Amino acid sequence: MATAAKPKLAVWKFASCDGCQLSLLDLEDELLAVAGQVEIAVFLEATRSFVEGPYDVSLVEGSVTTPHDAERIREIRAQSRQLVTIGACATAGGIQALRNFQNVEDFLAVVYASPDYIDTLATSTPISEHVKVDLELQGCPINKRQLLEVLTAFLHGRRPDLPAYSVCMECKRRGNVCVMVAHGTPCLGPVTHAGCYAICPAYDRGCYGCYGPMETPNTAALSRWMAALGQDPRGIQRAYRTFNANAPAFRAESEKHDAQND
Amino acid sequence: MTHKTIEVGYLARVEGEGSLDVSIRDGAVEDVRLSIFEPPRFFEAFLRGRAFSEAPDITARICGICPIAYQMSACQAMEDALGVTVDGPLRDLRRLIYCGEWIESHTLHVYMLHAPDFLGYAGAIEMARDHAATVQRGLQLKKAGNEIVALIGGREVHPINVRVGGFYRVPKKNALAPLRETLERARDRALETVRWVAGFDFPPCERDYEFVALVHPNEYPMNEGRIVSSRGLDIPVHAFADHFEEHQVAYSTALQARIKARGHYLVGPAARYSLNAAKLSPLARDAATAAGLGEVCRNPYQSIVVRSVEVLYACDEALRLVDAYVEPDRPYVPFDVRSGTGYGCTEAPRGILHHRYAIDAEGTILEAEIVPPTSQNQPSIEDDLRAFIPAWSNLADDALQWRCEQTIRNYDPCISCATHFLKLNVQRQ
Repeated sequence: MATAAKPKLAVWKFASCDGCQLSLLDLEDELLAVAGQVEIAVFLEATRSFVEGPYDVSLVEGSVTTPHDAERIREIRAQSRQLVTIGACATAGGIQALRNFQNVEDFLAVVYASPDYIDTLATSTPISEHVKVDLELQGCPINKRQLLEVLTAFLHGRRPDLPAYSVCMECKRRGNVCVMVAHGTPCLGPVTHAGCYAICPAYDRGCYGCYGPMETPNTAALSRWMAALGQDPRGIQRAYRTFNANAPAFRAESEKHDAQND
Repeated sequence: MTHKTIEVGYLARVEGEGSLDVSIRDGAVEDVRLSIFEPPRFFEAFLRGRAFSEAPDITARICGICPIAYQMSACQAMEDALGVTVDGPLRDLRRLIYCGEWIESHTLHVYMLHAPDFLGYAGAIEMARDHAATVQRGLQLKKAGNEIVALIGGREVHPINVRVGGFYRVPKKNALAPLRETLERARDRALETVRWVAGFDFPPCERDYEFVALVHPNEYPMNEGRIVSSRGLDIPVHAFADHFEEHQVAYSTALQARIKARGHYLVGPAARYSLNAAKLSPLARDAATAAGLGEVCRNPYQSIVVRSVEVLYACDEALRLVDAYVEPDRPYVPFDVRSGTGYGCTEAPRGILHHRYAIDAEGTILEAEIVPPTSQNQPSIEDDLRAFIPAWSNLADDALQWRCEQTIRNYDPCISCATHFLKLNVQRQ
């Protein structure tokens, strides 16, 4: 492929931990091959070179939490033919969306002596609340194999193969013993989007939902199971309010377990 | 009077977002401001009301590059509050996974973020066009670190297997066996790395830092030790707040830390090395000497050499731990939940990471305080720039900018940790 014909890839960061874009650098065996197929036009974590848009693909990490970032994502969208959000922050608002359930002024006062200096929005919101998103890759963090699949599919002009079923399917395929049935361990696997390949149950731990809700999850049924296993409403609420707390299905279920509803 | 303004975009090859403003009047540095404007994420606030057991997983999300450090400091603090002692093979396993993170994080910085400055490339991808074999060596070395983290922790970024008291599941002895070959090759690559970076051109800049690191009686510090400084501080971890304070500056979303009695200090590889060099393995010590490092390292540009020596040490130490590993009787130490306050401090790749939590009788977090390495180093970065820029004032703007960036990258600043982006503005007056 001639250099001039290489598609331009840009990687952008909003409020996040850098872990999802790190997944690109964690593709140790494939990174240089990827770099041979695309022009890495913007990737500040990896290079100080900066190529102006437009871009063929933008990977966006992080959530929108400041007025400036709400403006910046619009500019990026306008420059991007395809925009793919990577990770729980970009697709659901991330752990920092816990502010959405409380008063951000109180949060500021806990962390900063002079809250007036800090410019922040009251909420942490996913990219899709601000601009059109072409594809969302869930996970906290994303699975680097899935990221590679997204890039490969893009280069070949096909749809990426990203299963939409629950972690339970992966768990069965991995041959794990069901931690909820066998050990009575609360597990969000039945309602959580696949993609991690059921790591937690493989390590004798219940899934904690870091890949966010699957399509049409039956959270009400799972909550009844969790209550039967001895989880109090607060524990159930916490389980849904972590890295994907603001994802609609998890948010709605967590609100059912507010103290005033007990 | 000469007056000049340079504005540069986002500072690259750091983790997170920040900017640098420098104003120069008649060749003298008037002001240096490292502004971290990474949007605040309020971890200390939303940890209130969460369960003590959630702290390792939640705080891991502060930084995707060094999640193990957050998990280790959080666990240690909670175990302190709960009166739990994690020792024997469980402690060794924690040290092993920490070795993995040091290898992964340091190698990322050495090869992909910092070496391009010394060799004149915008980044590692550009560097790979001329130095493919070298970049491949770095990627394979980094991968070895990730393999340790993924094997013990479940995955590279935000591992899932660390919990208060130990782990959810511990590996069988034979499950660690494949690491042996990986680590032997990694150790060779790490030694080659030390030799490679030792040949870089280091600007002759030294600074009289107060080094602060953990010191342990018989090991190079990772998970445990007293907080010691090169100017006589020697305190237990729980006394941190008596001697250190954080304050807010208007231009940054990261708080800045200082020693109450004296001011700025340095944490990270150079501080660790300068206070603990004698405790490195013989292989790492000899490599450090051959690379031209003395007993202490006061040239911040040589931090890349120290990081490489620490990668070599971490490979050596991981091999020792793999060989000595005995599967623990149980994956974690059982305990009863009680109210209390706990303190944790471990050596993240970038320096000491302090956590303090107060929890109630049910284990609900009442207060959380986290002091990451980059907010501790931020004033030192500014001091370095103030000290070094006058000698570079004849450089062209783009060369000056690059040199400033390199000086910041000496610290491997994790701005995601300190909150997070770098945009460089140079004003010459």
